[in-house]
Amino acid sequence: MATKTKKKYRSKKAVERGTNIAIYIILVIISVVWLFPYLFLILQSLRGEPGATTNYFFPKQWTFGNYIRLFQNKGIKMANDGSTFVATTGQYNFLRWYGNTLLIAIVVTVVQTVIVVATSYALSRLRFRMRKPLMNLMLILGMFPGIMSMTALYFLLELIGLTQKMSILGLILVYVGSSCMGYYVCKGFFDTIPRSLDEAARIDGANRQTVFFKVILPLSKPIIIYTILTAFLGPWGDYMFASLLTMGQPDYWNVAVGLRDMIQRESLANWQDGFQRFCAAAVIVSLPITILFFILQRYYVEGVTGGSVKG
Amino acid sequence: MAKAVTELEYLGMSGWQKFCYRFVTFFQRLPAVILNFFRVTIPGLGRRIWNAIKSVFRTIWNAAAHGDWKTRFSFVIFGFSQFANKQIMRGLLFFVFEFLFIIYMSLFGAGQLRYFSTLGEVERTKPGWGPNGEMIEGAVGDHSLLILLYGLLTILFILAFIYAWYASVKSAYAVQQYKEANQHLSTAKEDIKRLADAQYHKTLLTGPLIGLTIFTILPILFMIFIAFTNYDIDHLAPEYLFTWSGFNNFKALFDGSYGKGVEFGRVFGQLLLWTVIWAFFATFSNYIVGMIVALMINKKGIRLKKLWRTVLIMTIAVPQFVSLLLMSNMLGDEGVINKLLQTWGIIGSPIKFLSDKYLVKVTVIVVNMWIGIPYTMLMVSGILMNIPADLYESARIDGAGPVKMYFKITLPYVFHVTTPYLISTFVGNLNNFGVIYLLSGGGPTMSRARSGGAGESDLLITWLYKLITDKKTYGVASVISILMFLLTSILSLIVYNRSKAVKNEEDFM
Repeated sequence: MATKTKKKYRSKKAVERGTNIAIYIILVIISVVWLFPYLFLILQSLRGEPGATTNYFFPKQWTFGNYIRLFQNKGIKMANDGSTFVATTGQYNFLRWYGNTLLIAIVVTVVQTVIVVATSYALSRLRFRMRKPLMNLMLILGMFPGIMSMTALYFLLELIGLTQKMSILGLILVYVGSSCMGYYVCKGFFDTIPRSLDEAARIDGANRQTVFFKVILPLSKPIIIYTILTAFLGPWGDYMFASLLTMGQPDYWNVAVGLRDMIQRESLANWQDGFQRFCAAAVIVSLPITILFFILQRYYVEGVTGGSVKG
Repeated sequence: MAKAVTELEYLGMSGWQKFCYRFVTFFQRLPAVILNFFRVTIPGLGRRIWNAIKSVFRTIWNAAAHGDWKTRFSFVIFGFSQFANKQIMRGLLFFVFEFLFIIYMSLFGAGQLRYFSTLGEVERTKPGWGPNGEMIEGAVGDHSLLILLYGLLTILFILAFIYAWYASVKSAYAVQQYKEANQHLSTAKEDIKRLADAQYHKTLLTGPLIGLTIFTILPILFMIFIAFTNYDIDHLAPEYLFTWSGFNNFKALFDGSYGKGVEFGRVFGQLLLWTVIWAFFATFSNYIVGMIVALMINKKGIRLKKLWRTVLIMTIAVPQFVSLLLMSNMLGDEGVINKLLQTWGIIGSPIKFLSDKYLVKVTVIVVNMWIGIPYTMLMVSGILMNIPADLYESARIDGAGPVKMYFKITLPYVFHVTTPYLISTFVGNLNNFGVIYLLSGGGPTMSRARSGGAGESDLLITWLYKLITDKKTYGVASVISILMFLLTSILSLIVYNRSKAVKNEEDFM
């Protein structure tokens, strides 16, 4: 009897170990799949040989030339006879794109955070006649395809002269303009703060503004950091509006538009180092954002897990 | 025909039976629900609107019939009564608004509104030479698009004016009544104080709502108007005029009467089908696989949890467009994956990941999993920690194995909590511009002629982008976006209203 339980116990342990090993194997495979593209990106950005693609994984010549030429706004151009010129000035004003995007991102972060937090507080804590209709309205507006309003926005901005060379201001307005519709996660957080805190403060004579600044905001650090993080990340990835507003003005592109142009077939055919420079640019764009993200990871995870659950 | 079962019988059913039962009863109840909608909801709504209108007119009538001369004067000059009763600030605000409106209308708005019915009459002509060699001066012509836009702005402004007029009259009459009752009239100082307390929502929401009106509502209204015009590549403003065309664009989508070398109806149907299929697979593949990955990482006894999680989070941390552009390059016919596989001798000719019309659909869904699984993993990890441990404890005592516990506890719990997330992801995927446009660009182009530049992997939204930027068929594009809106909104409103997490908003307080 005793041996039997022991055997059963041991076999159970063996099964447990077996599943764990299987899980480890799967996790390693997953990690390889997830990291392979990024490893490839970094390796390619350091590749010295010309040409869009190679049929081997690790570069044969290592160089920082792609990064250097990127900041010099130069590239290696192909001549008609197939020989290569060295370092011709290109249309890739990467530093400029980076500056544009950074500027947009910073302004958007400040304004959007204020708007989102204010809207969330009003919809979570204040009770007024139009609250429910307003929330329904924003829900419905959110379902219109963004493309639909694209042309109208374009003409509207053109009307006040905020396209082409003024497109940075135009883009900021577009991103910030409807940002109050992204209140869900933040409101979900405010909803979880006990109302008794507000009531206690109100009994002590605080008005609603004081409650907002002195009671709710100090408790909301995680969600404010989450809001800041998402607001900051948004403008880096926008392609649709940025490409429309800056059409034909490469100096005013953001990084998404610029990088897509760099990797397009025509560019790869014209520039011997087009793809490598794309990779170098992608690394430079991603690095600070990735580091920032990992530093603030905790807040992002809290936002995702909390917000999605409460709707 | 499923017969009604009691609560006890229902609880005794297996999961599959429950599903079937609910499926059948859903359709059985559907007619009643729809009937209820028309017999109760709409009349109810109608009655509320009617009552609101009645009360508005009653207020105006009362003010006109029982108002003193100051109140009556306020009908013409906004804020007069407040001004006369020493509510300087309020009176001034009303008056300044009226003043601005009159200036705007007389200088500008009235002129724009006059052309609104035709959207412009004078066509632009180029300067040139007449038949007898005389010089013809070019005419500037009307800009239909701007007329439409200004017209819309003017209409919104007029509506705001009517509301301000009503508010002014109402407030003037209220001031009079307060005076008659010898009650205290609030001073400007008190008004401002109230904006930080009882009226604090006005302070907080005014800015955001102005932004919403200009950057979301106005463009949407504008595009709805465009759907009823013949604005397309043959009528491009400002060179040519366009005008109202009624329901022609809607008709064009269904009977193919709109030429321009595109069979809109067929392409729309085809892409709609693919859009729905895409949204379904993109949502549920991420959800299910992401949940499995989360379970594996969070399993007891697995070490290095933080490492695995960090590796996966890479796709969130790196800007999405970088990942997508990179993937699109790697998966191309000449991309590194094909090159490597060929060098190693695994395949003879390149796999057409992005240029075969069937394979591309698989590719975008798989790459989307690569992008989306980390989100699901994060979210599910958070939820897993919240599942009460005693549930598992009692299940274990009852002799349940890990598989049974997964299907009876974990899955239902996670599914129940994440329903709102699933819905919003599904809607988001219906309009997922980024993944498709940056990855496959919608390609490969449909081989059949008259497809309007649509590609095999195009979603409706990326096709719209092409229609607007390349083909410039704005009218039909607007119709398509209206249809898309109807589709997504009806779908999500139905599900939103059924999900409990939305209903129980106040539970957390």
